[in-house]
Amino acid sequence: MTAMTPTGPAESLHEVTLTVNGVPRSASVPARRLLSDFLRHDLGLTGTHVGCEHGVCGACTVLVDGETIRSCLQFAVMHDGAEVTTVEGCARGDGELSAVQRAFGECHGLQCGFCTPGFVTTVTAYLDQHPDPSEAEAREAITGNLCRCTGYQNIVASVLRAAQLRREEREEAPG
Amino acid sequence: MKPSGFAYHRPGTVADAVALLGEHGPEAKVLAGGQSLVPLLNMRLAAPAHLVDVNRIDELDVVRVASVDAGQVVRVGAAARHSRVEHDPLVHAALPLLRQALVLVAHPTIRHRGTTVGSLAHADPAGEMPAVLALLGGSVTVRSQHGQREIRAADFVTGPMTTSVRADELVTEASFPVPPGRTGSAWVEVARRAGDYAVCGVGVLIAVDDDDRIRQARAALVSMGPVPVVVDLTDAVGAAPFDQADWAAAARLVTARVEPDDDIHATAAYRRQLAGVLTARAGRGAVDHAATRAEARARR
Repeated sequence: MTAMTPTGPAESLHEVTLTVNGVPRSASVPARRLLSDFLRHDLGLTGTHVGCEHGVCGACTVLVDGETIRSCLQFAVMHDGAEVTTVEGCARGDGELSAVQRAFGECHGLQCGFCTPGFVTTVTAYLDQHPDPSEAEAREAITGNLCRCTGYQNIVASVLRAAQLRREEREEAPG
Repeated sequence: MKPSGFAYHRPGTVADAVALLGEHGPEAKVLAGGQSLVPLLNMRLAAPAHLVDVNRIDELDVVRVASVDAGQVVRVGAAARHSRVEHDPLVHAALPLLRQALVLVAHPTIRHRGTTVGSLAHADPAGEMPAVLALLGGSVTVRSQHGQREIRAADFVTGPMTTSVRADELVTEASFPVPPGRTGSAWVEVARRAGDYAVCGVGVLIAVDDDDRIRQARAALVSMGPVPVVVDLTDAVGAAPFDQADWAAAARLVTARVEPDDDIHATAAYRRQLAGVLTARAGRGAVDHAATRAEARARR
């Protein structure tokens, strides 16, 4: 740690334990470690992307205790003990892509893919609360996430397609 | 960028929090939702030596509608998230203005974490919450090791991102008084992108007599100067029945009153025009809201 703070004393470390995608994970980090960097650097979960690092772009969006948050605007130490879901945890339990992920593929809701993890987490949480959005509602749901490639049309289509796929999954589910 | 190093404190009680603020004072910042503070830290526009995290102080995680001598008041503790205030059905029934303004605070993801009291303490000139508090004539409660005091909205925000809260004080609670009688309200904004900082935002609150005349009308404006601007519109809208109020006159009054600055997002002239246009729009919205609330009451 001294290498990161050449002018000051070594920073004190905090033991932080999160349940990430259902698995308890721990690391000792300085208080200033952003949750986004904790996930990427300390836990090796590089699916969470860091774009602007000041809360504007939405690429780093993860779920903490089921709610979307910007992981670049939180310190890992604040969330000791929390349940975190990253894009790596959005796939189905059997390893297949989730409805949201398949919809983004089918509808070309991504091009370079940098922003996609934030969209997948945001849309997954949104559809849990709003299973049948209109097109206007789908557009509203993604206003906090920036994409520089697609022009958003195909992302809106992906949200609507994901809602449809999830409805079909529910209908097919036994019981 | 990454924030510079700091000592992290996570007190479990208000007493412990104010003891830390008393000890570290100007070297410390209070960390609640972090949605405004952490960007400042990441960009190294601020580098406090100590952060006092108030997120796990249970006594601050409070949202309630309380009865007081003068009527009702919505009390919001310093650890309560915007989204909780926004979605609380009792708060919405008592004071719809809060949800009307909160849905324009950034995006749901930000509101999941950002706190209403934090927005007040941050005192951004584009922030809706200081303007809501000013429009309602509310107050904040601050505590230090030396005791507790109330600060009225009019005395709270003293400049851009500056309040009258001292370095050893913690804002523990905001009190939004529920205006008595028949009221209507609306909040409208123009922003470059959905959820972005408003180029201009206007909230209008009207109180209506039993004979359907506007007894009182006030507007609060954001992004129109260093602090929220509150304008009394009562005389301007006239004594006509509330659905015939003269919102054009109210718009002219507001346009003459505000003194916005140029910046990269808009010229001062454009902002001033918006202030008038949005005042009239919010005024008509408040009338519609008052009428809708009256109908809802009649149906019950």
